[in-house]
Amino acid sequence: MAEHIETSNDVTVTLPRIVERIPTVVVDDAHVIYRVHKGAAGGTSPVAALKRIMSRTSAPNIREVHAVKGVSFTAYRGEAIGLIGSNGSGKSTLLRAIAGLLPVNRGAVYTQGQPSLLGVNAALLNDLPGERNVTLGCLAMGMQPADVARLAPEIIEFSGINERGDFASLPMRTYSSGMAARLRFSIAAAKKHDVLLIDEALATGDKGFRKRSEQRVRELREGAGTVFLVSHQLSSVRDTCERTIWLESGVLRMDGPTDEVLRAYEDFSNKK
Amino acid sequence: MANTALADPDAGLTQAQLAARYGLRVAGERPSLAEYTRRLWAYRHFIAAYSNAKLVASFSNARLGQLWQVLTPLTNAAVYYLIFGLVLKQNSIPNFIAYLTAGLFIFNFTQTAVQNGTQSITGNLGLIRALHFPRACLPLAVMLTQFQQLMASLVVLMGIVLVTGEPLTVEWLLLVPVVLLQALFNAGLTMAVARMGSKVADLKQVMPFLVRTWMYGSGVLYNVALFEENLPSWATRIVEANPMLVYIELARHALLEGAPLLNSSMVQAWTYAVAWAVVMGVGGFIYFWRGEQEYGRG
Repeated sequence: MAEHIETSNDVTVTLPRIVERIPTVVVDDAHVIYRVHKGAAGGTSPVAALKRIMSRTSAPNIREVHAVKGVSFTAYRGEAIGLIGSNGSGKSTLLRAIAGLLPVNRGAVYTQGQPSLLGVNAALLNDLPGERNVTLGCLAMGMQPADVARLAPEIIEFSGINERGDFASLPMRTYSSGMAARLRFSIAAAKKHDVLLIDEALATGDKGFRKRSEQRVRELREGAGTVFLVSHQLSSVRDTCERTIWLESGVLRMDGPTDEVLRAYEDFSNKK
Repeated sequence: MANTALADPDAGLTQAQLAARYGLRVAGERPSLAEYTRRLWAYRHFIAAYSNAKLVASFSNARLGQLWQVLTPLTNAAVYYLIFGLVLKQNSIPNFIAYLTAGLFIFNFTQTAVQNGTQSITGNLGLIRALHFPRACLPLAVMLTQFQQLMASLVVLMGIVLVTGEPLTVEWLLLVPVVLLQALFNAGLTMAVARMGSKVADLKQVMPFLVRTWMYGSGVLYNVALFEENLPSWATRIVEANPMLVYIELARHALLEGAPLLNSSMVQAWTYAVAWAVVMGVGGFIYFWRGEQEYGRG
């Protein structure tokens, strides 16, 4: 592991250094532990619940998931970093911890400014029409009502949900999964960001939308200091990131130039 | 770790020292109370929009739609009137139906705010894990949704009060401060139970029992004089200070002419009302703020 890290630094050192390397995200031995409720597995009656509260024991149907186990790295301004790893390796959890959305149990995550997570899983209200969801989503990201009113038509236009009739005024539960994902991405991408964390967002929608969203991500990248990209499509990591971090079962497996890490990752996946 | 070792001027620094050198902050760090209040104020449009949206969404599948906002309290009042007014014949109170509905609607505001508030963090984990905003927005939105429900209920209540022959007096205006104080009390209480509910998911199961006990202690369904008749006097003093009983009494006092009251002096009742609102409102807010970092762990 150490030799990969050293090569990573060799590469960055050989680049013409115009500005000092300024860290924007510092992750120091971060551990994230989830508590998962396994659902009703007996003992959910009110009396049993009261007993548990009184005796201060945790419910038998709670399991702890240690999703990120002691990851450390430093990201610098101007870097685009890919995060790869098999399903359930803790990539999305790590992003959320960087965004400050999931608290770390041990260690620390330091960031410059407020990182924004650009994901497609922002939960919105399915019973409400798309346009109301746009307003709500924008307000939840901290926009002012005047900006929301100005941006809302653009967002709906960008999402393309109105291409087949007026869907913006229909409740979101009537949308196909692709349409809903497109709308959520469009809302999330409407804001300017300092540190940008992108979670699988490029994979949504049809080909036309994917092109548009890749274009939008490039625009956002130009404005952002540091970009993190989680993706299972290695091609999009290769296209956008010069540095890649490989997580496996919550542990940092490798951190270095994209080419090297991807080669090692592909070897690893093929062997399985 | 090793990858900082070669960054020349920063050589030898630990990750924490490196972060401190460049002025990085801990991600998701809890802001100071003043800063948190300021951010919450900046999110007021979100709170309003979210509570509105919840209100609309809660009826969007029903055929009668928003009409249920009025129909629900009406039906509730009808059921309780059937039991306590007709079957059990409470005739020690003049105008029992208005007395009952006033208590019922005022109590219902707190009851639903508390019950929904318990789940306001656990039920919105998707939103919490995806976006950054002061988490107090969620319990406050719950309170605001119920406040709007209360407005509809109060229109129904005033209709019932007028139809049952009560005069329209200037005292009705006292209902405005009563409801506002109760809203402040509820805001604090909703935030408090939201934090407890996020820690102990089982609270959702226990809550209905606690709330029902509270309802019986607030003189909603029967004459408050029963407390004085059946309890030792020290216990009656405690019941007098029960915030829900206080808000209900003040509302009844504002709307009804001959309603029996437990609090002998109105000054005492108003003092309790203001004290509870301030203590619970501020206390609940601080208690919720202290847990700000923990929400979202599930």
